[in-house]
Amino acid sequence: MGLFSIFMGAALVNNYVLSKFLGICPFLGVSKKVDTSLGMGIAVTFVMTLASIITYLVQVAVLERLGLQYLQTIAFILVIAALVQFVEMFLKKSSPSLYEALGVYLPLITTNCAVLGLAIINIQEGYNLLETIVNSLGAAIGFTVAIVLFAGIRERLETADVPEALKGFPIALITAGLMSIAFLGFSGLSL
Amino acid sequence: MDYLKIFKNGLVDENPTFAQLLGMCPTLAVTTSAINGMGMGLATTTVLIGSNLAISLLRKVIPDKIRIPAFVVVIATFVTIIDMFMHAYAFDLYKSLGLFIPLIVVNCLILGRAEAYASKNSIVPSIVDAVGMGLGFTIALTVLGAIREILGAGSIFGFNMLGEAFKPVLVMILPPGAFLALGLLIGLVNVISKKKPA
Repeated sequence: MGLFSIFMGAALVNNYVLSKFLGICPFLGVSKKVDTSLGMGIAVTFVMTLASIITYLVQVAVLERLGLQYLQTIAFILVIAALVQFVEMFLKKSSPSLYEALGVYLPLITTNCAVLGLAIINIQEGYNLLETIVNSLGAAIGFTVAIVLFAGIRERLETADVPEALKGFPIALITAGLMSIAFLGFSGLSL
Repeated sequence: MDYLKIFKNGLVDENPTFAQLLGMCPTLAVTTSAINGMGMGLATTTVLIGSNLAISLLRKVIPDKIRIPAFVVVIATFVTIIDMFMHAYAFDLYKSLGLFIPLIVVNCLILGRAEAYASKNSIVPSIVDAVGMGLGFTIALTVLGAIREILGAGSIFGFNMLGEAFKPVLVMILPPGAFLALGLLIGLVNVISKKKPA
């Protein structure tokens, strides 16, 4: 499979949020405003790409060499948690303005299942390092596109007249459902 | 301590899916059929009971500053056990839940209960809390799975219900159906819980 089709597949056809249901918590939680959701998207892109590179190296260099594949879940979640902490400290020192902008979202990413899910998928699919990076970038950009579009719709929904029982979370879910139908259209792309 | 109250709290009042909206990823992803929803719910319940038990036992030993990483390691251990157990004894279910079994680690429900309940309470209430929350989660997933299975495939737990004349609404077992069904279900729960005198 070509790198381009891996990228498009991860970003649009099998969008991680809308068709694989990974990263739903931040998708529903931090999508009330377009600019905060963009911040979240950028933070996730950064961590996802780094995390999948490091987990790939951990898998190949440590777990497989020592025959410890059954420790994958524990090892990966520790790597991701440590990485998020490290990125946070690094940004605080080196780029305070970026740190300010991403601030609250960074710690939340540890429990973003898209990061761990992506790391496991990369291993399961048997991608090499380059394909891993391309797939992660695609997935992260797909996440960002979905969350920003969704936040745009939710901003408009604020003023809409929604039935009492559906206010807030239920209408957000239904909106996501309609977006997901729209994204189904991409499965017609033949790459 | 009134155990029945703790149990009911998890099952109804603070139902993880309908009231607290926790653990959305597995809720949406695996509920393509009632049996999948139930399997996921039971796997999560088992992990929750194990992690609440272990964390409640260790709550005086774990230093406050590193409690979150410590909780995550405990949870990941139980998830690994369940993962291997299902691989050995429930292979079909293991295949259909796939990726979402290791992802139980990042189910906010489990870390949430560890942080909010098990790290502050003794063993027995923690286990009761885990059973209540776990069953609340299992019921929600089974109901959602059943609705999607009936509408999307015309069957429930694999048994055909609606006969030949029924044309399945395929979209209900595709990803969009998950969002739509859960949104409407939570709306329905809102309507019912408002009518009930508080």
